[in-house]
Amino acid sequence: MANERTDITPRHKTGIRPLYFGLLIIGLIGLLLLNLALGSVDIPLSDIVQILIGGEATSEAWNKIIVNIRIPRAVTAVLAGSALSVGGLLMQTLFRNPLAGPSVLGITAGASLGVAIVMLAGGTITSIFAIQQLSAFGSWMIVIAASLGAAGVLLLILLISIKVRDNVTLLIIGLMIGNLTIALVSIWQYFSRPEQIQDYLIWTFGSLGGVPLDQLWILAVITLIGGGIAMALSKPLNGLLLGENYARSMGLSVFSSRIWIIVSTSLLAGGITAFCGPIGFVGIAVPHLTRSLMGTNDHRVLIPATLLMGAILLLACDIVAQVPGSTTTLPISAVTSMVGSPVVIWVIIQRKNLQASF
Amino acid sequence: MSKQSSIISTNELDIGFPPKGRKSATVVASDINVALQGGQVVCLLGPNGSGKSTLIRTLAGLHYPLDGEVLLNGKQLNKFGVKTIAQKVSTVLTDRITIGNISVYELVAFGRSPYTGWFGSLNKKDEEIVEWAIASAGIEQFVDRDVLHLSDGERQKVMIARALAQDTSAVLLDEPTAHLDLPNRVEIIRLLRKLAHHTKKGILLSTHELDLALKAADTLWLISRDGKVITGTPEDLVLDGTFEAVFEKDSFDFDRSTGSFTLHNPDKEPIYLTGDAVPVFWTRRALEREGYEVVEKNGTSLKVEAHSKQETFLWKIISEKEEHSYSSIKDLLGALRKN
Repeated sequence: MANERTDITPRHKTGIRPLYFGLLIIGLIGLLLLNLALGSVDIPLSDIVQILIGGEATSEAWNKIIVNIRIPRAVTAVLAGSALSVGGLLMQTLFRNPLAGPSVLGITAGASLGVAIVMLAGGTITSIFAIQQLSAFGSWMIVIAASLGAAGVLLLILLISIKVRDNVTLLIIGLMIGNLTIALVSIWQYFSRPEQIQDYLIWTFGSLGGVPLDQLWILAVITLIGGGIAMALSKPLNGLLLGENYARSMGLSVFSSRIWIIVSTSLLAGGITAFCGPIGFVGIAVPHLTRSLMGTNDHRVLIPATLLMGAILLLACDIVAQVPGSTTTLPISAVTSMVGSPVVIWVIIQRKNLQASF
Repeated sequence: MSKQSSIISTNELDIGFPPKGRKSATVVASDINVALQGGQVVCLLGPNGSGKSTLIRTLAGLHYPLDGEVLLNGKQLNKFGVKTIAQKVSTVLTDRITIGNISVYELVAFGRSPYTGWFGSLNKKDEEIVEWAIASAGIEQFVDRDVLHLSDGERQKVMIARALAQDTSAVLLDEPTAHLDLPNRVEIIRLLRKLAHHTKKGILLSTHELDLALKAADTLWLISRDGKVITGTPEDLVLDGTFEAVFEKDSFDFDRSTGSFTLHNPDKEPIYLTGDAVPVFWTRRALEREGYEVVEKNGTSLKVEAHSKQETFLWKIISEKEEHSYSSIKDLLGALRKN
């Protein structure tokens, strides 16, 4: 055995795969430009570039459309896609379950409950008319309500996670809390007037266009902090791939890692849901796509790649949602599922065994 | 045995599961006083459910003791941080590795976790140790392969290499040879013995394969049915009957003269068997399977001789009246059945 020793060349070592990262970055920039260029008003690419580098476009209207509508929308897509995808990756690794996503801990449901309380309980105050009247105040109220709802569920989960040391149990408890919250929302809906329900339903379709330019920084800060915590957790996340016992036997503090993973996911998922409504599917699909592309489970590579991949996927979904060449827009969460599901099915069939390749 | 010189030792340790709700604590084994020395292979043996895994997990700090203490280098285990323990004790558990998309090299490199910084990057020394671990476990041929595409034996060796990369003075392995075929089992045991003697690591492995444990272990730890742990050199434990007492069940008996268990209770007449060593060994097994009592003293009415000549064998049945020759055990047994 020992005498047929072969040399261990550097290619065995953890690679950062610069080629794939290059492709992802090029893809991101390309889709970003395409996303800015497409919409109900045709604006030539040269004018868009002109505006982006700080110049003025040939038309004042184009200037306004790009700066006030399309740029916030595209940036929101990038942030939301990245944040939800990394949230999904963290949940899949923590629970060692390929079907986990940012919604499994009930955080999204918590945000929904917060919004439902504001929209359905407030009666006339928060009817669509009122929100239009007090646009800034109204949208802030929804953001605050969603954040409080998400934070409430997060606190509950954190308290339970101190007591419950088994991750599978925690996963099931998270799902149950999600169900419970959704049930509360539906009871509330049942006793509400149709026009109130309509407002709430519109929120649940999700929207990338609802974040004004002056509030984008909040979304950016949340994504940055959540993503930063995730990056810092790379090493314990890698250890957790082998299970909690192995992670602990290799000197990783499973307990505190788990708390930080939950904090990071809650920030990412809660923050995005508060601003954009529940956008499903990205969180489950993107980590799988990224693993297939990068061919690794090393989180030091996987987290940045997932950030890029999530941004790309949501930008692409947003382009589809705007139905280029028409004046209609489709609800974003419907589009993510319509685009995402076939992609995931394709990946699963290609890889034969999702559970094992995870 | 001095507790100071041993890597891991225990002091009146009780293992089991803490009370839960109205259920009181479940004590699996109690008053355990054992010590793992460097350079030794220790086999932990016990019937199913006797607490082998619980003991290993407790010694590794993955499970809380019910009472008593676990000492690491003579100091209480729970005084150490999880990272320090991981630098002194590594484990190979029965937990299944279900992930893919990770190469053998990357998995072995995870073993450096207790030494690397917050981001887990390997430095030159880490890389050297990973490469040494890979070479020691003899897994160079498939360092590039995805962990998913390993056989059970290969995966076990990879997990051992990962434990070696952890560079600890004690390695605890829970059933490392379960689900493996005989060549793989032998290879793993050989690897562990080599490591113990070359690197002076203390190696503890649990197994339920008695014959393998008897051959491989420098020391045996036997967990008996009443939850006591008895330690000693394998041969001593066999000769003084401890081994037999722990494992004996009504349906089968431990044969001290062969070091193995007999599956069959003799229900036929005694046969006196003589001849050359190799054919006698196998003939004995065949006769015992048939239910004969094989004795080594003349004076029975039936006598069987087994001889080897170069590559061929010859068997004779000698009774008071006649003598017949046979060229295979099949024919020999056929003739005996006709009697």
